[in-house]
Amino acid sequence: MKWDEFFVTGDPLIYGADVSIVLTMAGILFYMTRYKKWKWLWTEWLTTVDHKKLGIMYIVSAVLMLFRGGVDALLMRTQLAVPEAKFLDSQHYNEIFTTHGTIMIIFMAMPFLIGIINVVVPLQIGARDVAYPYLNAVSFWTFFIGAMLFNISFVIGGSPSAGWTSYMPLASNELSPGPGQNYYLWGLQIAGIGTLLTGINFLVTILKMRAPGMTLFRMPMFTWSSLVTMVIIIFAFPILTVALALMSFDRLFGSHFFTLQGEGMDMLWANLFWLWGHPEVYIVILPAFGIFSEIISTFSKKTLFGYKAMIWSMLLIAGYSFLVWVHHFFTMGSGAAVNSVFSITTMAIGIPTGVKIFNWLFTMYRGKIQFTTPMLWSLGFIVNFVVGGVTGVMLAMAAADYQYHNTYFLVSHFHYVLIAGTVFGCFAGLIYWYPKMFGYKLNERIGKWVFWLFTIGFNVCFMPQYFLGLDGMPRRVYTYSEESGWGPLNMLSTIGGFMMGIAFLVLVYNMYYSFRFAKRETTGDAWGGRTLEWSTPAAMPPFYNFAKIPEVTGLDHFWRQKQEGKVEKLTAKDIKKIHMPNNSGVPFIMGSFFFVLGFGFVFDWMWMAIIGLIGVIGTLIYRSFEYDDGYYVSVEEVIETEKISK
Amino acid sequence: MAHAETHDPNTPLEYRSEVGRLNILGFWIFLGAEIALFATLFATYMVLTHRIADGPALGELFEVKSLLIQTFLLLTSSFTCGLAVHEMRRHNVKGLMLWMIITLGLGLGFLYFEIQEFLHFIHEGANIGTSAAWSGFFVLVGTHGAHVTFGIFWVTMVLIQVAKRGLTPATSAKVFITSLYWHFLDVVWIFIFTAVYLMGMVMHHG
Repeated sequence: MKWDEFFVTGDPLIYGADVSIVLTMAGILFYMTRYKKWKWLWTEWLTTVDHKKLGIMYIVSAVLMLFRGGVDALLMRTQLAVPEAKFLDSQHYNEIFTTHGTIMIIFMAMPFLIGIINVVVPLQIGARDVAYPYLNAVSFWTFFIGAMLFNISFVIGGSPSAGWTSYMPLASNELSPGPGQNYYLWGLQIAGIGTLLTGINFLVTILKMRAPGMTLFRMPMFTWSSLVTMVIIIFAFPILTVALALMSFDRLFGSHFFTLQGEGMDMLWANLFWLWGHPEVYIVILPAFGIFSEIISTFSKKTLFGYKAMIWSMLLIAGYSFLVWVHHFFTMGSGAAVNSVFSITTMAIGIPTGVKIFNWLFTMYRGKIQFTTPMLWSLGFIVNFVVGGVTGVMLAMAAADYQYHNTYFLVSHFHYVLIAGTVFGCFAGLIYWYPKMFGYKLNERIGKWVFWLFTIGFNVCFMPQYFLGLDGMPRRVYTYSEESGWGPLNMLSTIGGFMMGIAFLVLVYNMYYSFRFAKRETTGDAWGGRTLEWSTPAAMPPFYNFAKIPEVTGLDHFWRQKQEGKVEKLTAKDIKKIHMPNNSGVPFIMGSFFFVLGFGFVFDWMWMAIIGLIGVIGTLIYRSFEYDDGYYVSVEEVIETEKISK
Repeated sequence: MAHAETHDPNTPLEYRSEVGRLNILGFWIFLGAEIALFATLFATYMVLTHRIADGPALGELFEVKSLLIQTFLLLTSSFTCGLAVHEMRRHNVKGLMLWMIITLGLGLGFLYFEIQEFLHFIHEGANIGTSAAWSGFFVLVGTHGAHVTFGIFWVTMVLIQVAKRGLTPATSAKVFITSLYWHFLDVVWIFIFTAVYLMGMVMHHG
């Protein structure tokens, strides 16, 4: 392979990216060395097994990926702003919509939510960490390495260009030669391992690590939504694992699962992909539902309306999520009977979702509503998500879908549910739990600017796309003719897209501004919260979370304690020594070997893949022989950390 | 997180530490994910089983003798694995070691005959690239075989730890988890036996 095949060449945009990557790396190296931060980075972050720090690392990675995916989006919108634009050529455009979709779903939405789950769930259930802290670090590093592997594709080797759905035979060796599609296969495969491990880890954590007295039906709604999400992950991700492996075999070893030769079946890929892909949609929406439930309840100063109905509707949604996958390809030609069944199951999902919407509305009814920024995002969610939901029911009608299929109507629909649902949820959760993570709130005034800019921009961007779709504009085209008449609405859509971009920048500015100027929280209860995570005396819980494990007597335990004036004050007598897990550098090293393995497979360099594989197995063996029983935090240290007077 | 705990004397050794209990539950859930994984492979195989292109039909090459030997070896190994855990609960390290080593031997025998069978198929002109049906066969049965291979290495590692450290709540939980894994592979084989070999031969010979 020649060097100009290894590095992507010939496009000034890519050269610009090369320069900025090199400059950023140099800047980081200089800063870290100049201020002697390397040891701090290693001991505090790279080797940590603390769920709160891992959660923050997930969220930081996700925000970076939101930037990357957002830049992709704006490049596409720039190209589409006017008819017959020459900004991007068709291949480059294909690569960008592929990486945009893949990054936003796999490397932005999921890790953002998993990050929030990491930070919040152990605190909400009164636990000191997750069931398997070490495995949690392995999860993070496999996710991070998968994301990095996927992301370097645009400067090294070329990006995948077969869409985030990677339909066969388009994604085959014949039609997508070279490393691009391999990046997709191995980036997702490696990150998928981490996601499955997270699923197992948090399911066991929620089932087994709850504080005494917290029965299943006393758990906060966000914890419930996480529990249901983990169950979906455990049964959905192995399907993706298999599908990716089979496509890898087709590309590497000449098998005939999805190929046109050898009587392979290309639509089998579509079925397997969406058998995972549709549950995946619920993996990224249910935790957001949980976040909104917490926020709406907190800022209405009321217990969540219809708590049990909320749980049962989530369980129903989880079940249905595995029974609707064919609606992604009604036009495949399965026949009227099959399409009717999947049409009905799809519409049926609207019922439990509707139950949830009404429960949120009734929670606010006669509540004392505070219009904080997390609450604004939640209210914005209800309005905009319903628009996405209603158009979803339109798409669910198989006969009508023949008209909407693969048009901008569909593009607009899933952006209305994924942005108004998942992204609004991520922002709301980030702002709501920001003081728990960093000890101060994000500035509310700037936060309101972000909300209005983003929400208006979002509607300006995507509302026109419904009409473009109804007018016949297909998705995944890099340009369109003047005569089509789609120019003005596309220009409007682009303007909205850039408003969202500006809103993102203001959000990042708010992080900087608040870091510099925000008032530091003096208690653990920044918003007048209801659940256990707000009951820690310090704004940011110490690494062991709770000096004394709370005893829970019912739903909204902490809120009722406050109402009844019975918030316990810790005394030195309460303190016992605390058992905690040791940090470990092995997960990071294992992740690095996964990178070597993935990179080797991407370029078909088997020697490199084998080195990586040996490294991964070596770290597994090392861990198996390591008997690490953790350590105890002494009573004195806890007393000092909690600032208890003797 | 391990605490000093009091136990019912009848609590099996592997359930006596909190870490052991959590790990065993987590592994059961992992097996749930494995069921989803194999179910996907089975579904793929079923969809593709008649798509033989220009290659031989699956049932044409299957042989009863090799199949029965493999099945006998693997099913017996599940039984001896159960005996090993039984000995472990009697705190008999020697018995545990003996039965587990016999289990590994039977597993190796299974692998030997499986590899022989694969080589035979390849010799007869059926490999992973012959047709969609053979792709499905090799990847489904091969994934099971890869699991058995991994299991043999894993059990060996755990036995070395038992030899070094004796039976503790930690090592016994590891032995117990590997035994769950081993039995699971046996269950998967019963489905392969039925859905792949029996159905393949019946379909072909009628």
